[in-house]
Amino acid sequence: MTLKLAYFKINDIVFGQETAVDGSTLVINRKALENSLKSADKRINAVGVHTARPGDSTRILCVKDVIEPRCKVNGTEIGTGRTHILKNVTVVTCGKIVGFQEGIIDMTGPGGAHTPFSGTLNVVLEIKVVPGLSPHEHEEVVRLTGLTAATLLAETSIKENPTRVETYPPIDAFAVPSSLPRIAYVYMLLSQGLLHDTYVLGKNAKQGLPRLLAHTLLLDGAITSGNCVSACDKNTTYHHQNNPVLRELLLQHHKRISFAGVVLTNEPVSLDAKKTSAQQAVELVRALKADGALISKEGFGNPDTDQMLLIRGLEEAGIPTVALTDEYAGTNGGSQSLADATPQAIAMVSVGNANERILLPPLERLLGPISDLSKLAGAYPHSLHDDGSLEVELQAIIGATNELGLQTLRCREV
Amino acid sequence: MVKEIERSGITAVHACSIVPISLTVGGNRIVPTIAIPHPFGNPDKSFEEEKALRRQLVEKALQALQTPIEEQTVFE
Amino acid sequence: MSTRYTIIHCLNQFFGGIGGEEQANIPPCLFPGPKGPGMLIQKEFPEIEIAATLIFGDNYVAENPETAIREILSLLTPHCTENRPDLLVAGPAFTAGRYGIACGAICEAVQEELDLPAVTGMYPNNPAVELYRQHTFIARTSENVMGMTDAIRNMIPLGLKLVRQEEVWPEKDGYLLQGRRKNIFAPEAGAKRAVTMLLARMNGEPFTTEYPMPVFDRAEPAPPIEDMRRARLALVTSGGIVPKGNPDRIEAASAQRFGTYSLEGLHAFSAQTHQTAHGGYDPTYANEDPNRVLPLDVVRELEAEGAIGSLHEYYYATVGNATSVENARKYGQQIAKVLVADGVQAVILTST
Repeated sequence: MTLKLAYFKINDIVFGQETAVDGSTLVINRKALENSLKSADKRINAVGVHTARPGDSTRILCVKDVIEPRCKVNGTEIGTGRTHILKNVTVVTCGKIVGFQEGIIDMTGPGGAHTPFSGTLNVVLEIKVVPGLSPHEHEEVVRLTGLTAATLLAETSIKENPTRVETYPPIDAFAVPSSLPRIAYVYMLLSQGLLHDTYVLGKNAKQGLPRLLAHTLLLDGAITSGNCVSACDKNTTYHHQNNPVLRELLLQHHKRISFAGVVLTNEPVSLDAKKTSAQQAVELVRALKADGALISKEGFGNPDTDQMLLIRGLEEAGIPTVALTDEYAGTNGGSQSLADATPQAIAMVSVGNANERILLPPLERLLGPISDLSKLAGAYPHSLHDDGSLEVELQAIIGATNELGLQTLRCREV
Repeated sequence: MVKEIERSGITAVHACSIVPISLTVGGNRIVPTIAIPHPFGNPDKSFEEEKALRRQLVEKALQALQTPIEEQTVFE
Repeated sequence: MSTRYTIIHCLNQFFGGIGGEEQANIPPCLFPGPKGPGMLIQKEFPEIEIAATLIFGDNYVAENPETAIREILSLLTPHCTENRPDLLVAGPAFTAGRYGIACGAICEAVQEELDLPAVTGMYPNNPAVELYRQHTFIARTSENVMGMTDAIRNMIPLGLKLVRQEEVWPEKDGYLLQGRRKNIFAPEAGAKRAVTMLLARMNGEPFTTEYPMPVFDRAEPAPPIEDMRRARLALVTSGGIVPKGNPDRIEAASAQRFGTYSLEGLHAFSAQTHQTAHGGYDPTYANEDPNRVLPLDVVRELEAEGAIGSLHEYYYATVGNATSVENARKYGQQIAKVLVADGVQAVILTST
């Protein structure tokens, strides 16, 4: 049950006659793509397809999700067989704000430094739905349309030769007796309903967690995002597809660590449910016979409690932890950063203060529903200055304080 | 000092002139007093008046010791 | 000629040359030109001109901070309209707690009310550091006036950077951590840092958390005394009340010990029997009547009336003047141990 990830390194995207991979260029027939997306879902009123390249003077607004174009080849099951990936390309979905939480991607300048997607070739979908849809349906349309577009684009590579292939055999961690420390990964997903949803193998993660999930499934895109939470620390589908913690652990497997497995867990809405989940997750980590555990996170506020419960539970079980979190320390960095704390949390990686403000200079081109600008989380009523510059908290930038640790940003005391 | 005394299980009241410091060092029951050089007195008053003032403050401290609290409390 | 900067300097009565503890209650007043350490500032930094020096009694400010700050702001406001200064410098206060509090309060107020950059200097153990470090820049100084030149060489460049709105960092610019969180770009991504940190932990190697848990060094409030009429009370003071002659030679500042003194047969303190050893406030009133700091006379009366069950036979005294938190903690623990053994349930701790 080996997974092969076949990468097609793309260096440019252009609009053209036929949607296809031409060498290292992705050509897109704009009209055809718009039509196929529209015909895939009757609830779509209009789709606009745009491109945004690194260095463009472009600001993408009200971004909901970012997806890496991938498709399965030869009808194999997820987690096995071969998957084609357009490397360096993303599909960016944007649409009207329903959850106040959509984000910004700047393709250049100071804002660009805070998002991984200023460095990718982005196919931007501006999606308008038919009138009368509920917020949930609205988000569903946008989510599914993004996934459809990503698959359609990836399928252009089916007959092509990849630039690089990675092979991931299943890991029987017990097969190789090892003196290396066994490390488990506790992967927290925001799964609270109310537009705070994550999907595991196509099912809403509100149910069925905590559970173990094979790394091959995770690498093959088992998790997709449906989250309307703050842009900076929501894990987009792209982040899940390219989970940097998992990648780093697999890289070190049999070198400095012995990879024990992944425990997926949730961030439920009641304290009792949080305690139960944390307890079950700790039990799963113990079942993996882990010597240590890494904990990543999504969101902030009440998820701080989930993370602290996990840390406490694992540390009390004698399993040392390191946990990734961002901070909400106020614009001047003077407030307490987290909503919860536990003395056992002695090894934290901070991926940045999401409240820190940033001035985004005016850019030439704006993509996405511009009229909703002031409703972005992390924006203020006076965020938009007369000269077109935008003053926001990092919170408003997609992936700025990613709690899977994709960014180099961190926070320190001064 | 006050914090360590409380940690031993003894109920303590901190009578002091500069309340913010007591709040910072972790006093729980805090009674503000008159002034730095004479927390329990006022040299401008007659001996009798001064002593009555002192007695008031000590009684307030005793009252604080007998008051249930959940958090740092300043007994004004 | 390089840029010139105008500053306003703030000093307590002592450094301002007005007098010692006996002048600690003087209200703030403004003098033209430099005074005391201000001369040194101008000598060290020829580009600086001290337009005026504000001098205040440090008790006056520490005891009535709100009134005093209002008075100080109204003295400074006229100076901040025409020929507006570039910077306010307060102190340095070294380990002096009340002076430090005054410096911190002034800096905070002028920043907020007059929008004037401000800087002060203190030794890290100064109690004012905890109170003001979040709100103002406190340059690191040595413990005492021996380090005046170094303090000035630290404070002034920091202050000028603030004037020029340049980026400052605690290590590089020599100021005390403000407890603020600031974003920086690290050489490696968070995920890689996390794996590295975990491996260090697993291998027993040193590692540094990137977010230390907030320290709430608080003791749980002890339950109330049910009935003082049946409780055993002890008296403790950081106000330095000791038997006449200070037999244990408790230091006037930065106390290295505490004293244990008998109360047997004693109905009140008096000028004949006791005195203060505290070097941080005017001792006149405490020496005249030590009950003003530790109210033994009233406590004995209340004991006789039955309002207090009984009084522990000793009282404990130290000097809380620039005494380190570590030492204060140690004394507290040692005193508590004796009190618990004697069945004491309640303590009145007095501080000046």
